[in-house]
Amino acid sequence: MEERELRSMIAQVKAGRMSRRHFVQAMVGLGLTAPLAGQMLASAGVAQAQPKMMYKPTKRGGGGALKTLWWQGATLLNPHFAVGTKDQDGSRIFYEPLASWDPDGTLVPVLAAETPSAQNGGLSKDGRSVTWRLKKGVVWHDGKPFTADDCLFTWEYAADPATASVSGGTYKDVKVDKVDSHTIKVTFAKPTPFWADAFCGVRGMIIPKHLFEAFKGAKSREAPTNLKPVGTGPYRFVDFKPGDVVRGELNPTYHMPNQPHFDTIEMKGGGDAVSAARAVIQTGEFDYAWNMQVEDEILKRMEQGGKGKANIVAGGNIEHIQLNNTDPWKDVDGERSSAKTKHPFLLDAAVRQALNLLVDRGSVQEQIYGRTGVATANFLNAPSRFHSKNTKWEFNVDKANQILDAAGWKRGSDGIRAKDGVKLKMVYQTSINAPRQKNQAIVKQAAAKAGIELEIKSVTASVYFSSDVANPDTYTHFYTDIQMYTTTMTQPDPELFMNQFTSWEVASKDNKWQGRNITRWRNEEYDKIYRAAEAEMDPVKRAALFIKMNDLVIHNVVVIPVVQRPRVAAVSNRLRAEQSGWDSDFWSLQNWYREG
Amino acid sequence: MSKYLVRRLLILIPVLAGISLVLFTILALAPGDPFEELATNPNVPPEVRANLRTQFGLDDPIPVRYVRWFTSMMKGDWGFSFVSRVDVATLILQRLPTTLLVVGSAQLLGLLIALPIGVYSACRPYSLVDQIATTLAFIGFSLPSFFTGLLFILLFSIYLDWLPFIYRADISGTGLPWLWAHVKQAIMPVGVLALLQGASMTRFMRSAVLDVIRLDYVNTARAKGLAERIIIVKHVVRNALIPVVTLIALQIPGIFAGALITEQIFRVPGIGSLLISSILANDTPVIMAITFVFSCLVVVFNLVADLVYGWLDPRISYR
Repeated sequence: MEERELRSMIAQVKAGRMSRRHFVQAMVGLGLTAPLAGQMLASAGVAQAQPKMMYKPTKRGGGGALKTLWWQGATLLNPHFAVGTKDQDGSRIFYEPLASWDPDGTLVPVLAAETPSAQNGGLSKDGRSVTWRLKKGVVWHDGKPFTADDCLFTWEYAADPATASVSGGTYKDVKVDKVDSHTIKVTFAKPTPFWADAFCGVRGMIIPKHLFEAFKGAKSREAPTNLKPVGTGPYRFVDFKPGDVVRGELNPTYHMPNQPHFDTIEMKGGGDAVSAARAVIQTGEFDYAWNMQVEDEILKRMEQGGKGKANIVAGGNIEHIQLNNTDPWKDVDGERSSAKTKHPFLLDAAVRQALNLLVDRGSVQEQIYGRTGVATANFLNAPSRFHSKNTKWEFNVDKANQILDAAGWKRGSDGIRAKDGVKLKMVYQTSINAPRQKNQAIVKQAAAKAGIELEIKSVTASVYFSSDVANPDTYTHFYTDIQMYTTTMTQPDPELFMNQFTSWEVASKDNKWQGRNITRWRNEEYDKIYRAAEAEMDPVKRAALFIKMNDLVIHNVVVIPVVQRPRVAAVSNRLRAEQSGWDSDFWSLQNWYREG
Repeated sequence: MSKYLVRRLLILIPVLAGISLVLFTILALAPGDPFEELATNPNVPPEVRANLRTQFGLDDPIPVRYVRWFTSMMKGDWGFSFVSRVDVATLILQRLPTTLLVVGSAQLLGLLIALPIGVYSACRPYSLVDQIATTLAFIGFSLPSFFTGLLFILLFSIYLDWLPFIYRADISGTGLPWLWAHVKQAIMPVGVLALLQGASMTRFMRSAVLDVIRLDYVNTARAKGLAERIIIVKHVVRNALIPVVTLIALQIPGIFAGALITEQIFRVPGIGSLLISSILANDTPVIMAITFVFSCLVVVFNLVADLVYGWLDPRISYR
């Protein structure tokens, strides 16, 4: 469907000649999703139906104890110090952002009175500012009112480098002004289509000014509130032992009616993922367990006749194989894989295409990951409005052989193909992790059938994923021909996610291998589209640009996507807890309740 | 004696300084820092991490960091955890009671089982009881705790559904039900540790008693017509206990260090699990504090064992 046609349909809805529902159905028929269709309407100024969450209890409390299990315990409860998701989750019990991300990647207001939009005047036309109206009548756990001053302070606190906050990157380039006691205005230096980073999701939790004011900057570590959080959330603080347990109790002054359902909450830490799954699914000792990095086969076995089930929710994380564009075996100015070199054979499109055909994603999904890894042809998979329909994957050894034959790669006496004295021998590295080693074996076998020899290399995860400048085995050094790992997408907006193919992000010695472009692929067209997307305010056009970027990456076989890694949690059969791939596990904690 | 003590105590200083230097250097040379998770998070720009490293002094040269750590340690300041930003002393004190309770009662239980069985086995060597005890001891000895732990969980929690396998240090409640809840959750971890402990201790006790029971003075006691019970308790066990007491003294530091694997399996919030999670997170100040305190305890209890040995056996003199 052409852009013009789309626009005329939106106009029809606006004029009332076409029902909203009909429009959404038409879009879904085209392969778009309901949220995208909804967003298209919203951006065109058509009223958006507020997302409704199912919450059945009719009174506050009475739900008893909610027992949750994190196999890595929360180590701190200040959301702006949170290094990992465990700390963000622990903080999220007590603190809340202005808005949270639902499973479709749509904003749901929490401390905000409404989601800013062009229609309610929240979003400026030039994309340089966003105005948040705050919910009135919200009080902190200690009874003090929540106002715009707290938001303003949160910004100052997090943006101050001396505070050593982890969320500093989100706040340092924005400016926040108080409009009135319950309105703030966030101003950006340049037009920003993704305006919902500050004050939203895991880095957006608001902290109380009156308790943190004296501890901004260098004294941030001394704040007593770091260990005894006072927030606006559905549960009040009771007890915290770092790495072990976080406990809370019902907040009787919570700002949403009839919520929360549970009288107490406990977040217990430690142990391992398998036994955590067991405690929820098999014995029912606990109600909820986080991040089930457990083989699907084991989960399925536990689920049979168990007391719980695995709850799987899509996110953007993707296990993929990267092809090195530079020569990992030549030392130039003290670094290998230098952007000044060219890979001896991986720049040959035939070799890339052949490799793409040799990765048996179907078997990887079926034999290794099950429900916890879904075969995909795309690098950018979610939210679904950014999912490209123009690509497909295929496993075909014969076709790979044909392509290589046609490109002049001849098999030698040892069965390995060569051309002009260059042999198709590669080192294939990944981290030590049982599913990854199985995956390596599947690819190696198929490659051997096509006359490509893969040498398997596995590096301890703590080294491989470290950012140690001196260690040549980290994934950012990429001192091998191909490598495989999961790259994470933590925001529903792909702007940051897709910058890992831009030419200015190339990892090198100069930037201490902190550049995010690990494959060292450089493409002018990609750079141009990325720059365009950075400034594009129309969400429909912007989604199209990201789909184009994904297609460029896939068609050039810059990377070979293997499986999409959804988020998996273990949930008791009686617990109703909605999960989102874009926010903390506790993003809708106030809505959690137990049935029957 | 006091001269000997002073000399030993003076030797301790360079020993402990050397230990701390080695520990610190190894930890400082190990790859990674506590903020690795940030490096793979696209939403956190590298500057944030660089800033954190500077704020926490991780970019200074190793000798500078060591001197800073050592001087503050001398002043009793153990520093703060990079991960939780809480004082290390607070973290350790939070975990200590649980570890003392679980590991301590396991040691005690192990001893209570091992001593009588060991003595009985030695009194009737190669009898049926001795054979059974020996077999069980070897089984307990050779099964690693992660294996027995999982076996216990499968049997008592999954199939029989008798015991919880997640240890909660802060069960709320009062009176008998509260006590019972605590006992119930401690049975499995204590059992696993006691099995390991008791098995080796049985063997030690048995061989120690066997060494003594054939000596001439025991025969003399028998010839005097003393009752067997008195011979065993007064003459045999008392002498056989000397090496065992030394062994127990050397194991006491272990009570403070906690049980790494067992604590992890049962989620016991003790020192052992704190150490493991700190190692996984590269949280140097916490690892340093725990390992250093542990080495201090080992060194000190070695000295204590030496002193006790001399007190139990007057033939040993100190020079």
